Amino acid sequence: MTESTARINWAVAGSLVIALMLSTLPMPSWAAVGRPAWVALVLVYWCLTMPDRVGVMIAWTTGLLLDVMSGTLLGQHALGLSLLAFVVRHRHQWLWGLPLWQQAFSVFVLMFAYQTVVLWINGIRGFPVIASAYWAAPLVSTLLWPWISVILRDLRRKCVAA
Amino acid sequence: MVLKTGDKPLFERGPSALARVVVVAVLSMVLMTADHRGRHVDAMRSLLATLVYPLQYAIDLPIRGGNWLADNLSSRLALMRENERLRRENFSAQSKLERYAELEAENRRLRDLLDSAARVGVQALIAERLAVDLDPYSRRIVLNKGIRDGVQVGQSLIDANGIMGQVVEAGPFSSSAVLITDPSHALPVQVRRSGLLGIAVGTGPLDQLELTHVPINADVLVGDVLVTSGLGGRFPSGYPVGRVVSVNRDSARPFAQVMVESSADLERNREVLLVWPEQPAPRAATRPLSELAAP
Repeated sequence: MTESTARINWAVAGSLVIALMLSTLPMPSWAAVGRPAWVALVLVYWCLTMPDRVGVMIAWTTGLLLDVMSGTLLGQHALGLSLLAFVVRHRHQWLWGLPLWQQAFSVFVLMFAYQTVVLWINGIRGFPVIASAYWAAPLVSTLLWPWISVILRDLRRKCVAA
Repeated sequence: MVLKTGDKPLFERGPSALARVVVVAVLSMVLMTADHRGRHVDAMRSLLATLVYPLQYAIDLPIRGGNWLADNLSSRLALMRENERLRRENFSAQSKLERYAELEAENRRLRDLLDSAARVGVQALIAERLAVDLDPYSRRIVLNKGIRDGVQVGQSLIDANGIMGQVVEAGPFSSSAVLITDPSHALPVQVRRSGLLGIAVGTGPLDQLELTHVPINADVLVGDVLVTSGLGGRFPSGYPVGRVVSVNRDSARPFAQVMVESSADLERNREVLLVWPEQPAPRAATRPLSELAAP
């Protein structure tokens, strides 16, 4: 069991690192507003399936790394992600039991809340805010949710079974 | 394997999840305030930047490889054509430079006569920007040179056409710079034609700069070229900043709205030049008048 635990830990860390890299992968500037929140999606999945292992502290640490990589204020994404992880962990049984389309809708609400936290902090700093920024990224993230959850489910099963 | 969602421990060990999230949220806010109000968390940022540098390097690698491949596969004819073009450019640049050298010498003589501060020569370092996308609402870039190469916070970034921005964070191997179009950036400028001084503030996603607090009747026109004024001592003076693209003199507003397009190519440049901030040179010692008069 300890061996599969170690494997799962590696899977969580590896998927988070890949999500971090995807969040700064160069994209054309017209698509920048709709960049999916990769890190948030991966964190939501792990908090849903392994709430006893992945929680607020991992979310916060990953958020700090994301802040440095994306050049935002130190703590901006960290705050959003740790709140996200808290809510998902708190409600994980209810969320996991939902039919797929309701689950996707919940993911949209979660992503929208996370995006709002990040954008409000930009607003407090006096940055101009684009209205489409509020819904574009959460929408793209929601469309990717089924795909992400299938990939991570396969990864988790492989780690447990091997 | 059964999902491990059911066997949540009856009593959680350690602080409760709620307490933990409150602590983390408060910590985030303290960090953000410290980061926003000044450079109080630079050491932490620098440490984290070193940690994520391998990731950024890995993202940049395929693009670097692509460029290398394109360089190696370009045909002989294309290379010859480029060589010819560069030779011509170099020739015209050289001739311009000679004229500037002449002007600079004359300028120095005149400054000596006026007994004002002499200019020092500008030192520069070439850095490459890493192909990583940052937050789409600010305008920042990551460079592949760090403290190890002598980069300092506050250095200006220029390209062949003008000012690009300044270094705000320097790690051991990499540094990050904020561009002049970033909404948190402001730089002192001067209208080259009329000498009007002003502050150009970035607008973020609009990719333009706005000249703030310009009186309605100020002498600024569409097409005017702005250069750095050198006030504030952060940027070297006289570098082009941009061109005025629109002037809106609405008498209902206290100030005119002047939008500026940057002359440097902020989006596509791969190589940038780092310039050390101009040191205020000590005033030349006053000399007796007789010495000045003598040829």
